[in-house]
Amino acid sequence: MNFLFLSWLLLGLGACTASLPWRSSKIPAILGGGSAVLGCLSGLIAAGQGLIAGKAETFSLPWSMPGGSFSLRLDGLSAFFLLPLFIVGLAGAVYATEYMQKEKAPLHWTWYNFLLVSMAMVVTAANGLLFLFAWECMSLTSFFLVITEFNLAEAVAAGWTYLLATHLGAAFLFAFFLTAGAFSGSLDFSSFHLLGKLSVPVASALFLLLLVGFGSKAGIFPFHVWLPDAHPAAPSHVSAIMSGVMVKTAIYGLLRMCSFLPVSPVWWGGLLMALGIIGALFGIAMAALQRDVKRGLAYSTVENVGIIILALGFWMQSRAAGQHLIAALALAGALIHLLNHTLFKSLLFLGAGSLIHGSGSRNLNHMGGLMRRMPVTSLLIVCGGMAISALPPFNGLVGEWFIYRALLGGGSTLSGLGGFFPAALLGLLALVGGMVIIVMTRIIGIALAGSPRSPEAAQAHEAGWPMLSAMTVMALLCLAGGLAPVLLLRVAGQAGVLLDPDSANLFAGQDINPWWLGMMAFMLLGSLLAAFSFSRWRQRRGTVAAANTWGCGFAFPASRMAYSAESYTELAQSGMFCSCLIPESKDGQTVGYFPLIRSFVFTAPDPLLEKFFRPLFQWTAGYCRRCCCRLQSGNLHIYLFYVFSATILLLFWAWQR
Amino acid sequence: MDNTVNFLLLLVILLNFFILGSSRLVSCIRTVAIQGGMLSLLPVLAHGFSGHTLFLAAGAFLLKGIAIPFLLFKAIRQVRIRREVEPLIGYVPTLILGTLATAGSFIFSDRLPLIAEHSQSLFVPVGLATLATGFLMLITRRKAITQALGYLIFENGIFVFGMLLTEAMPLMVETGVLLDLLVAVFVMAIVMHQINREFSTMNIDKLSSLKE
Repeated sequence: MNFLFLSWLLLGLGACTASLPWRSSKIPAILGGGSAVLGCLSGLIAAGQGLIAGKAETFSLPWSMPGGSFSLRLDGLSAFFLLPLFIVGLAGAVYATEYMQKEKAPLHWTWYNFLLVSMAMVVTAANGLLFLFAWECMSLTSFFLVITEFNLAEAVAAGWTYLLATHLGAAFLFAFFLTAGAFSGSLDFSSFHLLGKLSVPVASALFLLLLVGFGSKAGIFPFHVWLPDAHPAAPSHVSAIMSGVMVKTAIYGLLRMCSFLPVSPVWWGGLLMALGIIGALFGIAMAALQRDVKRGLAYSTVENVGIIILALGFWMQSRAAGQHLIAALALAGALIHLLNHTLFKSLLFLGAGSLIHGSGSRNLNHMGGLMRRMPVTSLLIVCGGMAISALPPFNGLVGEWFIYRALLGGGSTLSGLGGFFPAALLGLLALVGGMVIIVMTRIIGIALAGSPRSPEAAQAHEAGWPMLSAMTVMALLCLAGGLAPVLLLRVAGQAGVLLDPDSANLFAGQDINPWWLGMMAFMLLGSLLAAFSFSRWRQRRGTVAAANTWGCGFAFPASRMAYSAESYTELAQSGMFCSCLIPESKDGQTVGYFPLIRSFVFTAPDPLLEKFFRPLFQWTAGYCRRCCCRLQSGNLHIYLFYVFSATILLLFWAWQR
Repeated sequence: MDNTVNFLLLLVILLNFFILGSSRLVSCIRTVAIQGGMLSLLPVLAHGFSGHTLFLAAGAFLLKGIAIPFLLFKAIRQVRIRREVEPLIGYVPTLILGTLATAGSFIFSDRLPLIAEHSQSLFVPVGLATLATGFLMLITRRKAITQALGYLIFENGIFVFGMLLTEAMPLMVETGVLLDLLVAVFVMAIVMHQINREFSTMNIDKLSSLKE
């Protein structure tokens, strides 16, 4: 606990001093970046202590806030979420020292450090009011980080969407905490165990409040609409933090609060599974349509959150059915995938930021040929792409392997409909996995391979050592997770014990232990390295002739003839997607042998945002404005009438009392 | 003594009805002046002769009975209007509403937990009824001058209420209230003059362009 306080102190000091008007522009970077690095290191020690000791530490201070107390609790679940927080925070801080523009850097450091502090407070708070306080701080600081590029209208619009979504979600959380506080008599989490005695309908209502409140932050399917706008607008390391960590704090909240509620009825898990698989399919389908590389990655976050939610739902369902082994597999899968997603998604966001930094555009169609110009970044992106596609020897496989095993186990042991759904989900999840490979090969193939598609891409430059080292650390962690899956399982076990002791005790058992997954990853890595060094050795010998790329029969192939980002996914789009996902495009099909000049316009906005949420909110705003006009007519007599009726009503009300 | 007071208070209610039902501005102003003058007798009648009550009665009589009606007469002479032509709600419905409000205030004050010495007096119901009449005037009439009359009746209602507290209320507060009223009527008269010059009408409906 002491190291956590030290980390908060360092981060807070850095935040307060970095935005002072220093004469040199280097001082904010040293103060802000240095404090963030030191603070994250100290926080990592705290998280490590929490995970190794496995005992809950509590801390309490008197707080003058009514109903609140400044009480903290650092247990296995908190430490499990603190670990990725400080890893990504550390990498992001190192990365940002190079990535951030000079004039915007100082204020950015303030918000960045405060964001880390508030996220750490969210996962350690042990009082409802403190939790909400930290939650709102987290929303506000991340909002300010999203609008770092405040001179771009697009970034500000994305920021507003995000702020609106997160505040609407927070309203549901307020409702939950007030109701829970009324039931248990206090807002302290230590008294929330009384919620376990609630009847099922009341608990279900509370659960739905939680699902909407935390879902709007976590990007659970119908509430994900802010994500694809906010992530591209934010600086890349902030996208990494938001997508990798902040989204997970919402899942932490969901898990923590659900652990207070009584043991769930079956339909809670079913609802989560349905939302999860819809979100996964929807997210990955939309990701395949985006030409903005960070927007694509943001949709991939929706997909991964969907997978995590699916696994959590399956855990709840099989726990309710009493299948502890399956529940243990699903829980392990969810927690490990959550940890893994933090690692590889932040690696990919940092890598995308490096591409943007080097080539000056977020548009895939303006990149191309970057593998030659930015070799290290490209290699790291390929590593991240393999991890997210669940390919060995990286960590992405481990979590998904557990989820698949859980679904297989469920499909084969449960009977009737209970067995049908896991089996159906298994197929859908495999479909999602295939789509992930399409999305990642698209990013790698269009942006990294081939020849440059724009003059800027031809002039692209490799990132400097701070950015590269941050990404390398993340890539090495991804590899380590793949090579030592037992370690991941051990870490997840610390969190799992608090959520579901019956299942988590099985984590140590032999039939769940994935040691052979690590062995295979080692063997695969060894053979990959051997193949690579063999080919290098042959190239060194000069026996391989270098030739032009295959030009499809054209005499002078140019980058304009290459596959564009849109054409790469055209087959999947026209063959698989349902009509509501098909993006708007003004077709540029050519007719005849000597076609006229044609243009092709392609936009893929979020269908849910454009067809549901935006019309809904516009209608609401218009309705409120009309009501307001009717009430506020500008006629003095009507206003006097309001005063008169209010007086009469107050008189009668006071009299009735 | 009590009988006289109650008689005066009932007269106040009758005058309320008269104002609500009358369309001629001159008679309305005159009625309000009579009502004010009658009310100025109340402190002396209800609480006996003393320096305090005499001062209060004299001040109220001078302002409500003489100064303010004089100002208002002067104002309508300047703007040359005689009648409230088209009220928002007609005279008969206003009268019915006024009757309902008066009945309601009597019923309401019967149920109020008043102290013993006030529970039999008519001060509370008459005060409430007069307040409601003032409000009705404000809501239903269009001309700025009838608005001013509405405020005056409203103030009369407050004055009736104040009678309950005359012993307790310091002189300064009473004086302040009366002075406020005088200033308000002054401002109203000036505003009326300006409105009339600007729009060549006295309808305050024209003053709605400042809404959001």
